[in-house]
Amino acid sequence: MAAKSKRQTLVDTAVLAPLDWIDDRTLAVTGTKWFLFRKVPRDISWAQTLGSATLTAFIVQTLTGVILAMYYQPSAAIDPVTGKPIAYSSIEHITNDLTLGWLVRGMHRWGASVFVILLFLHMGRVFLFGAYKHPRELTWITGVLLLATGMLMGFTGYLLPWDQTAYWATVVGINLNGTAPFAGPWLAQFLASGPEIGADTLAKWYALHMLLLPGAIIGLIFVHIYLVTRLGVVSPPWSREAAGRERGTVAPAGTRAGLVRDTSGGQE
Amino acid sequence: MSDPGHDTPHLPGPSLWPIGFAVGVACLLLGLVISWIVAAIGAVLAVVFGLLWARDVTRDVRGEVPEVTPETRAVADVSSPGAPAVAAEAPLPAYTRSRFLEATALGLGAAIGAVVTVPVLGFMVLPSFTNVEEDDVDLGPLENFPEGEYVIATYLANPSQGEVTRRTVFVRNNGTTEQNVPSFTILYSRCVHLGCPVQPNGPIDEDARKEVDGGVELRPVLAQSFGCPCHGGQYNSEGNRTAGPPVRSLDRYTFSIKDGRLVLGELFAVGNVSGTGATAQISRYPWSVPGTHVDGVEAWLYPIVPSQVTG
Repeated sequence: MAAKSKRQTLVDTAVLAPLDWIDDRTLAVTGTKWFLFRKVPRDISWAQTLGSATLTAFIVQTLTGVILAMYYQPSAAIDPVTGKPIAYSSIEHITNDLTLGWLVRGMHRWGASVFVILLFLHMGRVFLFGAYKHPRELTWITGVLLLATGMLMGFTGYLLPWDQTAYWATVVGINLNGTAPFAGPWLAQFLASGPEIGADTLAKWYALHMLLLPGAIIGLIFVHIYLVTRLGVVSPPWSREAAGRERGTVAPAGTRAGLVRDTSGGQE
Repeated sequence: MSDPGHDTPHLPGPSLWPIGFAVGVACLLLGLVISWIVAAIGAVLAVVFGLLWARDVTRDVRGEVPEVTPETRAVADVSSPGAPAVAAEAPLPAYTRSRFLEATALGLGAAIGAVVTVPVLGFMVLPSFTNVEEDDVDLGPLENFPEGEYVIATYLANPSQGEVTRRTVFVRNNGTTEQNVPSFTILYSRCVHLGCPVQPNGPIDEDARKEVDGGVELRPVLAQSFGCPCHGGQYNSEGNRTAGPPVRSLDRYTFSIKDGRLVLGELFAVGNVSGTGATAQISRYPWSVPGTHVDGVEAWLYPIVPSQVTG
């Protein structure tokens, strides 16, 4: 092997050696490579990006939610200054007074809808492509749990502005749950913290919305993405490759212009 | 010791007495702090169990070697079926010490986990079902309720929790029954479809608005029916459903009259009302969540509701 250039030696000692040191002990670098640089079928399309789009929407919700929690106050008591409930007053404060508060609250409010819409689009793609079939059944099952948890996030978050829409929509939502056979009335009374919504309800829903459900959803996302990485991406149902038919040899773009030297298929 | 040529480390026989010895020592030390009686008991325990332990440990020195069956994992269970006689001759213990320790560790862990988790989960769930009774609400003097007319009354169900507990009822003075007993129809404003606030279908007489002490507001209304803004449920003057999705008649309150004032009692569910006003026949059931049936076959879906258990 030729002697290393000075620059290469520098890179080795400054970057690669510390990375090796970490990887030796944690497998962090190997793990990251395993997660990011994996092989996917040749005939995937934009449809397969809906999952990561959903994840991106969730990350936006997490970040904006954490920051909104720094200003929001989940109390149904009347604010002596504004004469309105403290929760509603804090929402008004975020939206009207605080710098960029309108933006972050808007991102969280509209992002919630984007997240749920993307969840459904992603699920539709998986269903239509038959990507839930063996061996990806558990990925589908965790996905269904994620859908349920995501919907619960929407349900619990809707009450927090504590305005008329929030209040009565939540009353209807709680009573919808209450009509479930056998356990329904018990579930409704648990959700409302009593026969009717009361002083404890808002704090309970706040805790559900930003502690319990995010914990559950983040855990499920890790399992879901681990399974996706382990089992790989599926070809679309019309894939010639997956059907075992030869794909015509396609020259890489730029061959004709003489930009690509090797046309035999590169590294793969 | 007993076998000088043997180079494996010597292990004393198994003994349970060190546990008693340890308890005795702990008891003795505790007794030094709190009471000499405890210390004395601890000393006795320590001496007795110490002697027993010493007897066990020195048993092989004294030549009494107890018979202890060797402990092994039952790995030979999967022996080939060709040699059943051998397997029958030397049955291996099914429950070894390591398996016992495994079960003990897991069992103890589960027990400790349960001791911590159960009360915590109880705290999450039980406050929604216990101490939910509300004080009786005083709606004020009877003169404020003219005979045959509905009055919208709003009040604080739980004044210590504030405005969040403000509720609305529609009160109609029915005069007296045939037995000369005062009669009131008190409908709860929550729609029995999904709990939205039912409105009277008629003009509210805001000029006749009255405030009674305790946060009660009274507003007379000219209405012989009620409607829900959310999903279009309609009710007649007795609270029976006339249109839309509700599954039963409007909930009602019992009432009592104390010192010439109208006092709300218990909220209950109504299957159906026949007749009107003071002569109405009301099929009464324990209160349940809006949207749940209280009579008919569908009521079998809700055999036990929380209000039947917690009152």
